Amino acid sequence: MSHADFAALLPLLITSTAAVILMIAIAIRRNHKAAAAISLIGLAAALASLAAASSILPRQVTTLFILDSYSFLYMAILLFAAAFVFLFAYDYLKCRREQPEEFYLLVLLATTGAMVLAVSRNFASFFLGLELLSVALYALIAYVRSESISIEAGIKYLVLAASSSSVLLFGLALIYAESGSMELWQFTTAMSRTAGRADSLLLMMGLMLVLTGVGFKLAIVPFHLWTPDVYEGAPLPVTAFIATVSKGGMFALLLRWFHVNSGALAGAPALVLSVIAVASMLAGNLLALRQTNVKRILAYSSIAHMGYLLVALLAGGALGAPAATYYLAAYMVTILGAFGVMTVLSGPRWEAASIESYRSLFWQKPLLAAAFTTMLLSLAGIPLTAGFLGKFYVLTAGASESRWVLLFTLIASSTIGLFYYLRIVVVMYAQPADPDTIVDAHTLPLPLPAALALVALTGLVLLLGIYPASLWDTIVAVTRDLG
Amino acid sequence: MILPSLVLILIGGGIASGIAARRSVVVARWIAVASVLANLSMCFGIWMAHLDRSQSSTARWFVECDFAWIPQFGIRIHLAIDGLSLALLLLTYFLGVMAVLSSWTELQERVGFFHFNLLWVLAGITGVFLAVDLFVFYLFWELMLVPMYFLIGIWGHERRIYAATKFFLFTQLSGLLMLVAIIALAVLHHQSTGVFTFDYEQLMQTALSPRTARLLMLGFLVAFLVKLPAFPLHTWLPDAHTEAPTAGSVVLAGLLLKTGAYGMIRFVLPFFPGPSHELAPIMMTIGVVGILYGAVLAVGQTDLKRLVAYTSVSHMGFVLLGVFAGNQIALEGAVVQMISHGISTGALFILAGLLQERMHTREISAMGGLWETMPALSGAGLVFAMSSLGLPGLGDFVGEFLVLLGAYRANVPLTVVATLGLLAATLYGLRFAQNAFQGPNPHHWKLPDMRPREWAVLGLMMACLLWIGLYPQPVLKTVRSSLAAAQQRALPQEIVRR
Repeated sequence: MSHADFAALLPLLITSTAAVILMIAIAIRRNHKAAAAISLIGLAAALASLAAASSILPRQVTTLFILDSYSFLYMAILLFAAAFVFLFAYDYLKCRREQPEEFYLLVLLATTGAMVLAVSRNFASFFLGLELLSVALYALIAYVRSESISIEAGIKYLVLAASSSSVLLFGLALIYAESGSMELWQFTTAMSRTAGRADSLLLMMGLMLVLTGVGFKLAIVPFHLWTPDVYEGAPLPVTAFIATVSKGGMFALLLRWFHVNSGALAGAPALVLSVIAVASMLAGNLLALRQTNVKRILAYSSIAHMGYLLVALLAGGALGAPAATYYLAAYMVTILGAFGVMTVLSGPRWEAASIESYRSLFWQKPLLAAAFTTMLLSLAGIPLTAGFLGKFYVLTAGASESRWVLLFTLIASSTIGLFYYLRIVVVMYAQPADPDTIVDAHTLPLPLPAALALVALTGLVLLLGIYPASLWDTIVAVTRDLG
Repeated sequence: MILPSLVLILIGGGIASGIAARRSVVVARWIAVASVLANLSMCFGIWMAHLDRSQSSTARWFVECDFAWIPQFGIRIHLAIDGLSLALLLLTYFLGVMAVLSSWTELQERVGFFHFNLLWVLAGITGVFLAVDLFVFYLFWELMLVPMYFLIGIWGHERRIYAATKFFLFTQLSGLLMLVAIIALAVLHHQSTGVFTFDYEQLMQTALSPRTARLLMLGFLVAFLVKLPAFPLHTWLPDAHTEAPTAGSVVLAGLLLKTGAYGMIRFVLPFFPGPSHELAPIMMTIGVVGILYGAVLAVGQTDLKRLVAYTSVSHMGFVLLGVFAGNQIALEGAVVQMISHGISTGALFILAGLLQERMHTREISAMGGLWETMPALSGAGLVFAMSSLGLPGLGDFVGEFLVLLGAYRANVPLTVVATLGLLAATLYGLRFAQNAFQGPNPHHWKLPDMRPREWAVLGLMMACLLWIGLYPQPVLKTVRSSLAAAQQRALPQEIVRR
């Protein structure tokens, strides 16, 4: 390995080093502020190294990693998301009795895992990244040990994620047995194979098993059953982390290796993915309708949003990958903002999860309610928000490739989705009935780091919704060489 | 620059009014009135400047402005005004002022946020009437929904949440279908020419196979028919109109419904001339069914606002009939009907608001003999009821007459059936006037008559209706050239015959 190889790997090296330093720092002396500072500095340094190393791209480092502008863009998105999770987590953890320092350590490790997923080009690095992410998440989900619901969610995730990892591993083994190669590009060829040619049974089975593992991480139907429980049980910053970094890393891998830029998707995998996309969009939105817990609503809505992402992925063509990337970026900004508002409204002993805890929020904290409304409208895809342009790009990508079934499912299901987003909005704007029924949470002071993060995220949602041109150009340039 | 400022003044005015209300409610109201009046005077200026030129000049738009926005997809902030949009904008700002004035005393809670939403709805409507880039059009189309949703959902009556959600879901689903149609049109244009654009005039030139054209037209048509609303898609309307606060009802009935008709004239007819000719008999039938259905149901209503809501369904049936009759006279009639319906129905909703403010009920059976305690208000009510039933000399008559005149050329049986709608209209109009204002006063109401502010609002609206009823020529002259442009592509042979 040359110096340039190390330079290209710097972002990964820096985040893992930050984790090690933090571990040592905790061993010497526990200090919440120092832990948060070390992790944020680590993330910032990793971001800076991304900028510094961008001149030597693209570069393949060993057979494991492919570092190009695509993976750098995704790593930047993941790092930003992790930073926002830290900002929200700081005050959340401060007012709880748990020891907060290890939270940062675990998040750093999990972020490294997600970044490895974004850069991997080989089965080995794929699996390593996945496990690094999952193992850290087991602990993170059960982080607040005083809550039994949190521990239950952790165990649930542990069992399911472990078994899905083994299914994935088996699938990889089958593919290796058939082809004798551990390169991920085999997925791309399998996806674009012409319909006439018979696929080898082993390869197809392997591919399906891999899709099971990937689908579990993304929480798409029928691998979604863990989502609502884990979203509900995990501490809010961790939920935000699962919704963004964990899914984002896996989606980066899926988009890179399952997406076909030129030529049509064909064969069994495309059919399976289409069915999964349709089922995810419909099931996610329908199941969310009757929920009264905002965390569960957002869990089901995330299933639907992953379905929308799959539409862009399946559309392929010149617009498919950029549209999916834009949608994912928009979704991550939005959902971080939504969970951010929820975190800010959570007290030391409870979380603002029930829909009732938002009753007449607008009349007590108009700005916070306006931010939450912006996020919900962006999730629903109303113009001038990031979510709308994301949806517009996905629709355009689908229409260019004439994927009408997927598009009409998207339209129908996002109308269903609008209903439950509006339910939350309605509650927020309801008239306060009595002065003494004001929810306690609305009197909490607003912590500074979280407030800054919320301002930034709301600004980003509006910016991405009003001025998409520069980000879109970047994304198009970055995704040009895929598949 | 004048066109973007029309939108920006309302957006800025909304924010200013929202902030000002923390200090003083009256200031907030005046800011709202001032910003709408500023727009009204600007539009008046454009009207005066272009009133005479509209016949001679060859330029399609009076004023236009064009900025790049999302260059990768050829999306431009392209706003333009012609006679049709000018007429509708004048209506928008006139009714906007009336809406603010009519809620002056009725609305006492959360005044700042109310005016913020009201002005933002108006901004969205302005954008819809101005946009000639289809993406921007869709954007404003959606954008006017959100503040309207809040207007109904926060300040509405008993079943407001249900009504607001139903309204939003109906329009959102149909709007998304239109978005797909817009995108598909742009993609087809891209595939045939290699240029990505959402520009009105360029997309109009897209070559489409008849089958594609028919499908795309359905996408547009669904959105506009829901908004209009046409018969089977109208069910959101009675709920939304009834539950909305007065200003909300005025904006809904007076303006939001007009965006549907505007979309058909502006987009459906010129974009899809062939399919709109094919579908014309069906659309005209739907229109006639709407006329009769709305009128018959209005006869049976006991809630005053619900009654007026169903008359809207009936009147919008005339608009649909006129738009698809396929000749200039009917089209002009449809536009006059849109404007006069906006004023007369808006006035009826304001009247219902005044009655509810005084009596705390909307039930017609609870009224009766109001003339002896409120002669002026009852007199005004009679005038607007007469206008709504199509009394000659008032605005609605001109519209309905022209529509029927034009439709008669296209389809005699349908026109004859549509005329029956006027009969039912007489029934509901007279029944309302009779039961509410005439006769004995069984409930012994003692109520204050109209105040000067209310006089001004209803008086101005009456004057406008009389003006359109007696001398509709300025309106017709303003919209004629843009209607001809819409028609030209729709039915070339008609133009030759005229």
